[in-house]
Amino acid sequence: MSSTMAGALFVASLVIGLALAYRPLGDYMYRVVTSTRHLRVERVMYRLVGVDPGGEQPWGVYARSVLAFSTVSILFLYAFLRLQHYLWLSLGFPNVVPSGAWNTAVSFTTNTNWQWYSGESTMGHLVQMAGLAVQNFVSAAVGISVAVALVRGFARKQTDRLGNFWVDLVRITYRVLLPISAVAAIVLIAGGAAQNLANGHDVHTLAGGVQHLTGGPVASQEAIKELGTNGGGFYNANSAHPFENPTTWTNWLEIFLLLVISFSLPRTFGRMVGSNRQGHAIAAAMAILALGSVITINVLQGLHHGTVPQAVGAASEGVETRFGVLDSATFASATTLTSTGAVDSFHDSYTALGGGVTMLNMMLGEVAPGGTGSGLYGMLVLAVLTVFIAGLMVGRTPEYLGKKIGAREVKFASLYFLTTPTLVLAGTAMAMATAWGKAGMANSGAHGLSEVLYAFTSAANNNGSAFAGLTVSSTWYNTALGLVMLLGRFLPIVFVLGLAGSLARQTPVPASTGTLKTYQPLFVGMLVGVTVILVALTFLPALALGPLAEGIQ
Amino acid sequence: MTVTDVDRSHTQQPAAPAPHRVSGGLLDPKQLWKSTPDALRKLNPATLWRNPVMFIVEIGSVFTTILAIVHPTVFAWVITVWLWLTVVFANLAEAVAEGRGKAQADALRRAKQDTVARRLRGWTPGGSAVAEEQVPATALQLGDIVIVEAGQVIPGDGDVVEGIASVDESAITGESAPVIRESGGDRSAVTGGTKVLSDRIVVRITQRPGESFVDRMIALVEGANRQKTPNEIALNILLAALTIIFLLAVATLQPLAVFSKAQNPAAPNTEALTSHGVSGIVLVSLLVCLIPTTIGALLSAIGIAGMDRLVQRNVLAMSGRAVEAAGDVNTLLLDKTGTITLGNRQASEFLAVDGIDPQLLADAAQLSSLADETPEGRSVVVHAKTAYGLRERHPGELTFAVWVPFTAQTRMSGVDIADDGGVRSIRKGAATAVMQWVRDHGGHPTDQIGPLVDGISASGGTPLVVAEHVDGQPARALGVIHLKDVVKAGMRERFDEMRRMGIKTIMITGDNPLTAQAIAAEAGVDDFLAEAKPEDKMALIRLEQAGGKLVAMTGDGTNDAPALAQADVGVAMNTGTSAAKEAGNMVDLDSDPTKLIEIVEIGKQLLITRGALTTFSIANDIAKYFAIIPAMFAAVYPGLDRLNIMRLHSPTSAILSAVIFNAVVIVALIPLALRGVRYRPSSAATMLRRNLFVYGLGGIVAPFVGIKLIDLLIQFIPGIS
Repeated sequence: MSSTMAGALFVASLVIGLALAYRPLGDYMYRVVTSTRHLRVERVMYRLVGVDPGGEQPWGVYARSVLAFSTVSILFLYAFLRLQHYLWLSLGFPNVVPSGAWNTAVSFTTNTNWQWYSGESTMGHLVQMAGLAVQNFVSAAVGISVAVALVRGFARKQTDRLGNFWVDLVRITYRVLLPISAVAAIVLIAGGAAQNLANGHDVHTLAGGVQHLTGGPVASQEAIKELGTNGGGFYNANSAHPFENPTTWTNWLEIFLLLVISFSLPRTFGRMVGSNRQGHAIAAAMAILALGSVITINVLQGLHHGTVPQAVGAASEGVETRFGVLDSATFASATTLTSTGAVDSFHDSYTALGGGVTMLNMMLGEVAPGGTGSGLYGMLVLAVLTVFIAGLMVGRTPEYLGKKIGAREVKFASLYFLTTPTLVLAGTAMAMATAWGKAGMANSGAHGLSEVLYAFTSAANNNGSAFAGLTVSSTWYNTALGLVMLLGRFLPIVFVLGLAGSLARQTPVPASTGTLKTYQPLFVGMLVGVTVILVALTFLPALALGPLAEGIQ
Repeated sequence: MTVTDVDRSHTQQPAAPAPHRVSGGLLDPKQLWKSTPDALRKLNPATLWRNPVMFIVEIGSVFTTILAIVHPTVFAWVITVWLWLTVVFANLAEAVAEGRGKAQADALRRAKQDTVARRLRGWTPGGSAVAEEQVPATALQLGDIVIVEAGQVIPGDGDVVEGIASVDESAITGESAPVIRESGGDRSAVTGGTKVLSDRIVVRITQRPGESFVDRMIALVEGANRQKTPNEIALNILLAALTIIFLLAVATLQPLAVFSKAQNPAAPNTEALTSHGVSGIVLVSLLVCLIPTTIGALLSAIGIAGMDRLVQRNVLAMSGRAVEAAGDVNTLLLDKTGTITLGNRQASEFLAVDGIDPQLLADAAQLSSLADETPEGRSVVVHAKTAYGLRERHPGELTFAVWVPFTAQTRMSGVDIADDGGVRSIRKGAATAVMQWVRDHGGHPTDQIGPLVDGISASGGTPLVVAEHVDGQPARALGVIHLKDVVKAGMRERFDEMRRMGIKTIMITGDNPLTAQAIAAEAGVDDFLAEAKPEDKMALIRLEQAGGKLVAMTGDGTNDAPALAQADVGVAMNTGTSAAKEAGNMVDLDSDPTKLIEIVEIGKQLLITRGALTTFSIANDIAKYFAIIPAMFAAVYPGLDRLNIMRLHSPTSAILSAVIFNAVVIVALIPLALRGVRYRPSSAATMLRRNLFVYGLGGIVAPFVGIKLIDLLIQFIPGIS
């Protein structure tokens, strides 16, 4: 079998796997977030934090709950990192420096999992398990909660209530993320991933040298790292490390896990708004964008332009031989299309245009399918903007799912849409204009610029993957990127909840033949078009001086 | 004098509405020239800031002007001139749209001449005035009573409280045929500035000084206090967001450009890029090309022109919000009479019940209709004369007759005649009402009436039962009058169109359900409300609105006023009462209820035009990138010249071509903005496909062609290549 064929089969089997999971997982999540019953363990949780699980929240209160929870998470994680040396299982590692602790605390709370450090030489087991892995769960659950609140905004009428954040958070963690992660972790262990609390071993290499190999609770963290679109690796090498991602089929499983919730949430959305077709349309738009990206990056990597790739006959620099060029390209595409940021190969070594596609994936706003929850709400905001333009063209006040898209809705959607590009472009410009920013650049020219652009794109979109070659452990980068991650996560969340609040208040307009059918291929196509064109228009000048300048010869 | 010179054939021949489609006047090049001074006046930043997109362009123009003065080059000056032209063209679009309204306002002002009012003091209904005084019309207060005689101009808006007169309303409606205005009823409203042609009327003024109908009309057509409509506000927010994002994309480009240039010191300096970064002129050019100037420039013109298109159809919308709401309407309430059927139902048959002399029925029918001035009433008298040879009598001939007028509550009319034998009462009206009346007066309605009534109703006709009651005897039904409704031609096609647009039509009628059903089926409406009283209409509107629907209706009578106010789009007939006109949010000067359908089309067209030009504007950016990005950076990264797919002559000619295209396209689209995009009633999917194809795909392709053509021309300008 040729490698091209193998690569195509790899992608095709992923598509089939995701299609099979779409309905059962989507329906299951629908039941989780709409159920009126509480598990005993959940009741205990509510009593502990003093929450009335029956009380629903208006959008402002929901938003405040998200922010309060996240603030506490950041403070807790910051303290944890600053004090790790004094705690158990620290493996003797020192306390994390303040700017680094800030960056990591924000990074894991915002579902970014940007890592300025090497996991195996900075973090002890306790911090990995009780600090970082916990945020892997709850930051993913926060994203899904906010998405569910937005969907309730569409589904409900004449109310200011969007559900209860604490209930959503707890249920999604207990009923969705924990069980699937547990199963996935066991499967990964079966595949060869490490899972222990050992202190590491010294092994003698074939060349006669000695290497210190750190073990740890890897598989358990690996499962939620992918499932929750987190991406923060136990090891610096992330999913390229054989203890995290031992074989081709675990590679497949990891890609599947990082896509599966985000691709199934449109089904949940369809169920909640009472029209499965609407869910299919959103899933279709996501799938078109994702497949387009996967195919493009596979072709670009397969064609291997560039000095090194041509010298070695393939774009295999920075690629694990056990995965190969194409499967790595698929992983790279999936990880940047979602807010995961886990890597099984090094994007910096990709062909210029291939690396450009990973950047473009994030610039899309990570909506195809995006992070857990954040992908759905991002896509729904784009759908709102698309409906607005398309709706005017059919001669009616635009309406989506019966809800009118008026000034207030457009305001929130526009603010959402403005946030990430502002952070990316302003951050990049500031880095390129200051000595602090340029100090971290190891590469010159267009590639050096791409690295900085990538860093801010990744941080603002809460992705977490990185182009290497940029030293980001400096105080300036830690602080700036931490700020970008924070704003890139929570400003959009507030705008999404504001949008949800204003939608929930409305009385839906009944559909007629004069109504724009938002489940038809025409609309899906337009949604894809708006997503691509608006992104292209915003980032094209910057991309022209980075990957395009490097890639077009 | 005529206000407008639009083709009014559809109002005279409502039977053939189909060929008349929403379209507007064409743009006269002379209008552009005439509006230029206004366009220049609008450069004032104090007013321009209201349009954020063009305000940014103006700031950019000022900036490039300074740069061009400091470092004068041909390129800098040509760009500067074209940037200023971009702002002027945008202002021109608005000025042209406003100019059309101004012409109409001037015509109206001439009608509002200084009139002297003859105010009556101490006037009481039925009595005579204590004193009469002459005051200027402007001094009239709400509630004043004035007298107007033949040849005099009515000094203000009001209701006729005494008398009847024929009035020339051409000053506001453009219709030269005089209309009758009389006290009481639904034709009592008169408008200031119109002229009494015959007789004498006493009018109670219902306006405050300076708030007359003509004043409001002038303000409306001038767009003096034009409020942005909800969709316009939402669109403005989106455009502002796009502007901010491009401002950001352009501003943050500079450090990246400086870095890139510094990394490639061997690359030559160009007019666009030096080691100081991208030149200010080019940055502003890029910004202006990217921000949505096309729609930003035309947005207010589209709104003004939309209102103007209504005025051309003799409809006055009291707010732009109402026009937009018209596009959103889900349910149309249409009065059967005058809208779906020709106004006058004709009496075609008198069907006497057994034992009643047909001649007696004809006589009773005639008597009961003598005071009934409705077309139906008159047709009964006519039928009695032609078919039964009954001489036409006048109400005055009968002494001791008490006329019972028709009311919506009793749904009967008739007469009580006192002669030596006692009082003989005759009633004519809806079957249920008259039968009840018979029962109330001791009679037993014969069971022959039922089949007769049902038979007529089933055939789409309207049955009127005639009954009489003589003192001392039980009341009895005499027979049934068969009134025939004539459904206007072409209505079915129109309702089919409405259905395709997703609009439900409901026919409102006072007829019984059977009759209503027959006519509804014949006309092709979706639903009907039979035996409708004003309260029912109101309840129906509330019901529809509770389901989230927007409702439009027309009305003229005072009892329509609450429903008109409740409806999202309430179109009052100009012939109607001032209460109705006050309650509705539009007034149709032609008093043509079919107009509602056109109003809906205009509302939709307004929204489509905005959406289409927004799409066009955004789609345009793609080509501009392909022109400007290689022009800026190909010197540093020669590979980027492969993006110059239009093979433009030089970097400067490429940037200039994009800027010129950006400005010229505004002027090119002014006619479209004023006229509105072509609109045919069809389903949302069809409409979206078509508009997306024309304005989306067209918006992507057109600038590639346009910029290339401009580049072919301007490469010959010395100093550009």
